[in-house]
Amino acid sequence: MLKDKITGSKALMRALQAEGVKTIFGYPGGSIMPVYDALFDYTRGEKKCFDHILVRHEQGATHAAEGYARVSGEVGVALVTSGPGVTNTLTGIADAMLDSTPIVVIAGQVPISALGTDAFQEVDLVGVSQPISKWSYQIRRAEDVAWAVSRAFYIARTGRPGPVVLDFAKNAQVEEIEWEPRKVDFVRSYVPYPKLDMEAVRQAAELINNAKRPLALVGQGVELGNAQDELKAFLEKADIPAGRTMLGLSALPSDHPLNVGMLGMHGNYAVNLKEQECDVLIAIGMRFSDRVTGNLKTYAKQAKIIHLDIDRSEIDKNVKTNVAVVADCKESLPALTALLQKNDHHEWRDSFKELDEKERVKVIEPAIHPKEGPLLMGEVVNTVAEQAPRGTVLVTDVGQNQLFATRYFKYYENRSICTSGGLGTMGYGMPAAIGATFGVRDKGTNGEHREVCCFMGDGGFQMCIEELGTIMEQQAPVKMILMNNHYLGNVRQWQDMFWMRRKSFTKMLNPCYEQIAKGYGIPYMAVTDRQQLASAVQTMLATKGPFILECAIKEDDDVLPMTPPGMNVNDMMLEV
Amino acid sequence: MEEKKLYTLLVYSENVAGILNQVTAVFTRRQVNIESLNVSASSIPGVHKYTITAWSDEDQIIKITRQIEKKIDVVKANYFTDDQLFIRETGLYKLATDKVLTNPEISRTVRRFEASITEVNPTYTIVMKNGVTEQIIDLYRALDAYDCVLQYTRSGRIAVTRGTQEQVSEFLEERENSINQ
Repeated sequence: MLKDKITGSKALMRALQAEGVKTIFGYPGGSIMPVYDALFDYTRGEKKCFDHILVRHEQGATHAAEGYARVSGEVGVALVTSGPGVTNTLTGIADAMLDSTPIVVIAGQVPISALGTDAFQEVDLVGVSQPISKWSYQIRRAEDVAWAVSRAFYIARTGRPGPVVLDFAKNAQVEEIEWEPRKVDFVRSYVPYPKLDMEAVRQAAELINNAKRPLALVGQGVELGNAQDELKAFLEKADIPAGRTMLGLSALPSDHPLNVGMLGMHGNYAVNLKEQECDVLIAIGMRFSDRVTGNLKTYAKQAKIIHLDIDRSEIDKNVKTNVAVVADCKESLPALTALLQKNDHHEWRDSFKELDEKERVKVIEPAIHPKEGPLLMGEVVNTVAEQAPRGTVLVTDVGQNQLFATRYFKYYENRSICTSGGLGTMGYGMPAAIGATFGVRDKGTNGEHREVCCFMGDGGFQMCIEELGTIMEQQAPVKMILMNNHYLGNVRQWQDMFWMRRKSFTKMLNPCYEQIAKGYGIPYMAVTDRQQLASAVQTMLATKGPFILECAIKEDDDVLPMTPPGMNVNDMMLEV
Repeated sequence: MEEKKLYTLLVYSENVAGILNQVTAVFTRRQVNIESLNVSASSIPGVHKYTITAWSDEDQIIKITRQIEKKIDVVKANYFTDDQLFIRETGLYKLATDKVLTNPEISRTVRRFEASITEVNPTYTIVMKNGVTEQIIDLYRALDAYDCVLQYTRSGRIAVTRGTQEQVSEFLEERENSINQ
């Protein structure tokens, strides 16, 4: 039988189809034109199997792919051209690397005959992306397409997920080959799921069974491992209170009785202080980021540390562990739970309450229910959280908007937060929210719809503002809450607190967002008055499709509580 | 602060382009200088071996080793101290032949250090010495005292473990078996 002869570009289409890709975020250009030509047939008519979302800047494509991946649990795909097209994706790639987000970035490249000649739009992509990606590979021949794509998706989604870069030389896009599908599900040098060491599990169980004041720290690893139920069973059996990292916020529902709030620099007061009081600290799928630990020299020194993580290189990286369980938490958590005694730590848990109350009175109430003065970010977030349906996905940009949003939003369903935690990428919010809406659509079960609410500041809103064009074209149902204080608020807060109030270049002259919204044909509403807030949020949520809600925020609204950078977590401040 | 020691990393990788970059980038990121580096094919077909030495404390070298091993195409990375390895380096010394002929102490020094003369012509004489770092440097210092050294170079370290086989073969066997199950 004659084999099917196709171009490398068409081979890419078939390989993506074989990986179950439904949505591609991209931007065409010279070196990727053969692929775009092939894509034309695959996005319409009888052959249609992908949606291609034309972004307005390649950075947007990567963040959209990230938002898509976070919400759907599938690999996000970005397709861009060579040179500036792909250098624009580097921020998104680095972001996905730090936040363990599975994306595959496919970029055009000049033909191999032109490599190394400084050809038009040539950049050494493998060279520049290697340090910030999980795997980076140049496809030089059309016959490698099926293998490379399958390997890319396998590496991106397995183990600790991350970004993979495929640098697709133009000659390989046009060469014809006999199509042969490939499925890579084994790479001998790569062990995505380390074998569970039962001795370590026994040691961990013994420590937990003897603990009087155990505390669990839950990270995104639980969501990535799809182990939310296993986590609950573990916590409930041994009655262990649990704090969540910013990326792990939806790994345990906000209303779960063992949930004691958010960890970190602007997390909850009690859990930060209790990290310095617990006798056994159980870290699950988290990496002891400096934003969580504060000063490492004093962090949880009194506690025995158990660290469950899929990535061996995280063990002892920042915090020395007593017992390390290196495995997928989907496997390690049930194994550990089986060895635990049922326990009751209500006295220990009750000891959080006094501190919680202190935070509620000093910080939370004034932030979410202010009586007078201009609008505050906390109350805006709280109002949206009160009205948003339970499955709503929170997307944030970076800065004060992110810290207020993550603090005061409520999480009831798995995979309901997209935020740039590790890299702290301003401009992430809007494109990530676009991606999230498609993730919701592609992953939707029983026609269930999930709202996507994206909180942004006036700084971050303008950093990827061009994606309003994508939102307009796709009518992507992103509810954008623009919290405008005419400042780069988080830097302004630090300047006020640590830099003698010298507000060096943090005040911003802003455009008229109403006119911008009008230009893009996106429904818009402004709120300046507390009395209008609830009904404006209601209008936003009741509007089909995208919406911009601009809130005029107090200029010097500070995020509290706060552990100043490098300080001890128990030095967390409730007031400035 | 833990004491700094000279550690040797033995890294095995698939034979694909760009691994060296990835390996050295891990050192660069942590501001650790590579003292010596040798790359060659290993005894396992398709697998390359990197022998890298660096001054570090154990805490740091563990982190570096794990981060190197995390690279997708790196098969295995382990760190060792000198007592766990059989180590060799080579020194090459290009001497001025007229000085070698006029000063008999130079030849005596070469013999005393158990080095060998591998090439002689009227202009220069090549001396080669296999050994460990200190022996090779000592010979250089001794020869240099006679003002006869035209050029000198020392190779990177190569090393084999004192165990019976390359640990990596067992690992690969295990991996191959895991897919056949």
